Amino acid sequence: MASVLEIKDLHVSVEGKEILKGLTLTVKTGEVHSIMGPNGSGKSTLALALMGHPKYEVTHGEILFKGRNIVELEPDERARLGLFLAFQYPLEIQGVPLGRFLWAAKKAMMGQGTDGPTDKKADAKALSQFRQELQEKMKLLKMDESFAQRYLNVGFSGGEKKRAEIVQMHILKPEIAILDETDSGLDIDSVKIVAEAVNQLRGPDFGALVITHYQRILNFLKPDYVHVMIDGRIVRSGDESLVHELEAKGYDWLVNGANNAKVIQ
Amino acid sequence: MMTKKIEEVRHLGEKKRSVEKEQAVYDRDYSRYAFSYPTDKYKYVLKPGLSREVVEEISAIKNEPTWMREFRLQAYEIFLKKPMPTWGGDLSQINFDTITYYATPTDKSARSWDDVPEEVKKTFDRLGIPEAERKFLAGVGAQYDSEVLYHSIREDLAKKGVIFLSMDDGLREYPELVREYFGTVVPPTDNKFAALNSAVWSGGSFIYVPKGVQVEIPLQAYFRINAPQMGQFERTLIIADEGSRVHYIEGCTAPIYSKESLHSAVVELIAKRGAHLRYTTLQNWSNDVYNLVTKRAVAYEDATVEWVDANIGSRLTMKYPSVYMLGQGARADILSVAFAGKGQHQDTGGKAIHAAPYTTSTIVSKSVSKDGGRATYRGHLVVAKGAHHAKSNVRCDALILDERSRSDTYPYIEIDEDQVTIGHEATVGKVGDDQIFYLMSRGLSESEALSMIVLGFMEPFTKTLPMEYAIEFNRLIQLEMEGSVG
Repeated sequence: MASVLEIKDLHVSVEGKEILKGLTLTVKTGEVHSIMGPNGSGKSTLALALMGHPKYEVTHGEILFKGRNIVELEPDERARLGLFLAFQYPLEIQGVPLGRFLWAAKKAMMGQGTDGPTDKKADAKALSQFRQELQEKMKLLKMDESFAQRYLNVGFSGGEKKRAEIVQMHILKPEIAILDETDSGLDIDSVKIVAEAVNQLRGPDFGALVITHYQRILNFLKPDYVHVMIDGRIVRSGDESLVHELEAKGYDWLVNGANNAKVIQ
Repeated sequence: MMTKKIEEVRHLGEKKRSVEKEQAVYDRDYSRYAFSYPTDKYKYVLKPGLSREVVEEISAIKNEPTWMREFRLQAYEIFLKKPMPTWGGDLSQINFDTITYYATPTDKSARSWDDVPEEVKKTFDRLGIPEAERKFLAGVGAQYDSEVLYHSIREDLAKKGVIFLSMDDGLREYPELVREYFGTVVPPTDNKFAALNSAVWSGGSFIYVPKGVQVEIPLQAYFRINAPQMGQFERTLIIADEGSRVHYIEGCTAPIYSKESLHSAVVELIAKRGAHLRYTTLQNWSNDVYNLVTKRAVAYEDATVEWVDANIGSRLTMKYPSVYMLGQGARADILSVAFAGKGQHQDTGGKAIHAAPYTTSTIVSKSVSKDGGRATYRGHLVVAKGAHHAKSNVRCDALILDERSRSDTYPYIEIDEDQVTIGHEATVGKVGDDQIFYLMSRGLSESEALSMIVLGFMEPFTKTLPMEYAIEFNRLIQLEMEGSVG
């Protein structure tokens, strides 16, 4: 059975200002959705609110994941349920090597906490498997092995940070992943590498919500659904052809439509 | 000659003085360290309080040579005359009359684990010492209250002439060597607590590494206060002869009593030409211990001294490991790490004294304060006249985890030479909500995320430790961080 992320009439405020104004969207495992929209339409707010950033306050509506309202859940609880966010601006953490961090995260995902299991032998075996897996995933994203020993995102270039996010996604194996402008700032080769890595995860147990400004990544990803977000709402949904329409016409015709919709309300 | 040079620069650091007071609360508990054993079966427990008679009695119990007895008595007179320090932390709660200056369950230092008294053995078993020794140490000393009750060194090192004994055994077995160096780096006149230690010292380590001998794996000492209101006054002297190399690690714990205990050690290091000496401390006293320690090293030509000093426990620590670079090309690396939680004041730092040309020093201080804890960095950098081409780099990073906590930096710098390169950098940081959120989005709980950031901040220290110690250190920090959020 597919896992479902169901966003119902979601209103979100940041520091008292309403950004999302009644957004409704359903993403299931097995599907790839794309959200496009002009700057300031609330795309990143949606991503951060779904993951539970404390600054983003849900004032109305529901986020149901696997049938459970997750609005009150902490970010780590959402992660353990199978949600993942590839950050638009991944944070730098001094002194914490990427590999060590991911191992701690993986153990946390398995519900073991950072102290780990008491069975040292099993732990050692799991660790060696993890190391191997991490090597493979880094290879997939064309990152040098040495990144595992480097401090999390510290001194990484913009593109390296984004690719490291996708390595993390591969290791943590979420059911639904939100990719917040992962393609921004990537050169064309990197876009392809990232898109291929996402495609590799596609299947009945993985769904994605890809937030982007550009057609480029979608050419590789071929999303099942494309949504246009303007002023905190989804104003138009369609299939891949909508991408081409947007590329040709821009957002203006939809912006006006959104304003008209408001007037009608 | 050496002593004179030290005299010249000793008091420079006390120009600026400040008096600060703080209400201390002690409510921290580590189940692993909190156990204690009754003292009714002890061989000796001196009555609390300090007097000339107490000093004489300690010397008599130890059956010492006259010169050491005289040394103690002179130091006692100096102690009486010296005023309490009025800078640093609040020392007003220390009552010298209620402290026990000497107590020991037995007066025998065992060389075989089987000969250690049962309850002492249990203590050290629980702290994992015999296991650690088997796995990765070249030698171990374990001090319980006043005396070192267990001591061993690997045979191959002993054959190469490496001496690793308790200070008391060192005095008995190598009286000339001890007499030549004892009190030369830290004389009793240095400060009130150095004088106190000189008067009532007991235990500690005596290490001599012969010329050219490389001790590749660490020698370790473990210090435990068991008796309540105990004063522990160990005295450590390490001599690394020319071209030798040694790494010494010490760890400290105590159970929790409702009354103050005092730990006042003196550590003297001598690194001769080309020697490499590293001294690592992992201090985790309980929150009722005053930890007032004088640590000083002299480094001769091309010698390197590294102090790696971590303070997690104690109510108040005042400790500034120092290196006097007396020979051309000498090098000092001081890494001081402090964690100040509720009711704690960590007043720590380092001193680097450049007294010869082409000497190099680095001082790195990392402090974390939380729950109203206070971390103070106090550093002292001196480049004496004639120490041309000295290079020094000082870096202080403070991480403050909440509004109630505090961090101060007092870097004193005195330069009497023109051709020098000096760098100083200080940062004060807070943990960002976005960082916490980022880590939590990967499945870590809030306290795990915070721990991870704090451990990352401490990483420059942790990576200097042997793996077993790094794990233990990380575990201690995680314990500190638990329950600190939410």
